[in-house]
Amino acid sequence: MPVLARAIEAVGISTVLVTMSPYLAQAVGTPRIVGVEFPFGHPLGHAGDREEQMRVIRDALRAMVEIKEPNTVIALPYEWPEFDYWIKAWHPEEPAPITKWLREQARLRAEAKRREEEQA
Amino acid sequence: MPIDSFKWMPPSLANYYRNLSMTRAEVPWTPMRKPLNECHFSLLSTAGAYLKGEQEPFDVEREKREPTWGDPTYRAIPRDVRQEQIGVAHLHINTADLEADINVALPIHRFLELEAAGEIGSLAPTSYSVMGYQETNDEWAERYGPEIASRMKGEEVDCAFVTPV
Repeated sequence: MPVLARAIEAVGISTVLVTMSPYLAQAVGTPRIVGVEFPFGHPLGHAGDREEQMRVIRDALRAMVEIKEPNTVIALPYEWPEFDYWIKAWHPEEPAPITKWLREQARLRAEAKRREEEQA
Repeated sequence: MPIDSFKWMPPSLANYYRNLSMTRAEVPWTPMRKPLNECHFSLLSTAGAYLKGEQEPFDVEREKREPTWGDPTYRAIPRDVRQEQIGVAHLHINTADLEADINVALPIHRFLELEAAGEIGSLAPTSYSVMGYQETNDEWAERYGPEIASRMKGEEVDCAFVTPV
C-alpha cells in the first residue's frame, strides 16, 4: 500500500496512510503515516461505530496538516477492547490459499524427515 | 506511545516481517497547499471492495489455484454508493464487518458527512479499492498506482486518504 501512496503523492496529491502496521510503512517509505493499534480489516474502527470512525478520520486529517517531513508516523492512542476475541476473529473463516499451501509444505517436510529418521 | 505493528499478527507472520530486510524507497512529497475545508479528497483502500452486479469481483478463484498470486487490479467506487451495492473479495481477512459497514476501511459515507459539515472541501466523484494480498508490488508500482493517481488528477483531487486493511 505505501507504493500506492507514493504513486499518488508523486503526481502532486498529498496523501495520508492510516495503518495498523506503521513500522512497515515507515521501513519502506511513505509520505504521511498515522498508526492505529486496531486488528487487520479495521483501520478506522468497529463496524457501525460512526463516532469512532470519525474520531480516527479527523485525527488523520489533522496529521495531514501537521506532518511537515516525509516518512513521519503519528500514533493514535485508541485502544481496541477484547483482544482475546479479536486476535482470532480478524482472520478469515477459511485459511487463505497461501496459508494452506505453507502448512501443506511444512507437513510434507515433517513427513519426509520422519521417514528419513525411520530409515536411519 | 508507539504502535505495536505486530500485535495482531500470528507469531510466524510477525517473525517473517521482523526479519524481512526492507529497502526504503525515495519518498515523494507534495505539501498541503490549501486548508482542509478547501481540499478535494479521494479515498483508496486495500479492502477488496467492488460493486456487486456491475463489476467483476477480484479474482479469488485464480488465487486459489495460484496461492502466491493476488489480483492487482482496482475498482472505482462512486461517492453515491450504497452499502447494499458493495461486495468484498478478500481471502486474508474476515470480511463480515466490511460487508456490514464499508466505512471501516473505505469511509465514503463519513467523508460525505465531512463535506456536508464543511470540514473538507469535497469528496471526489470516484474513490478506489484494490485487494491487499500481492505477490510483488510491481503491477501496483508500474501500472495501477499511476493509473489511479492519474484518474484522481483528472477529478482535480488535492488529497488522498489511503487505508490498508
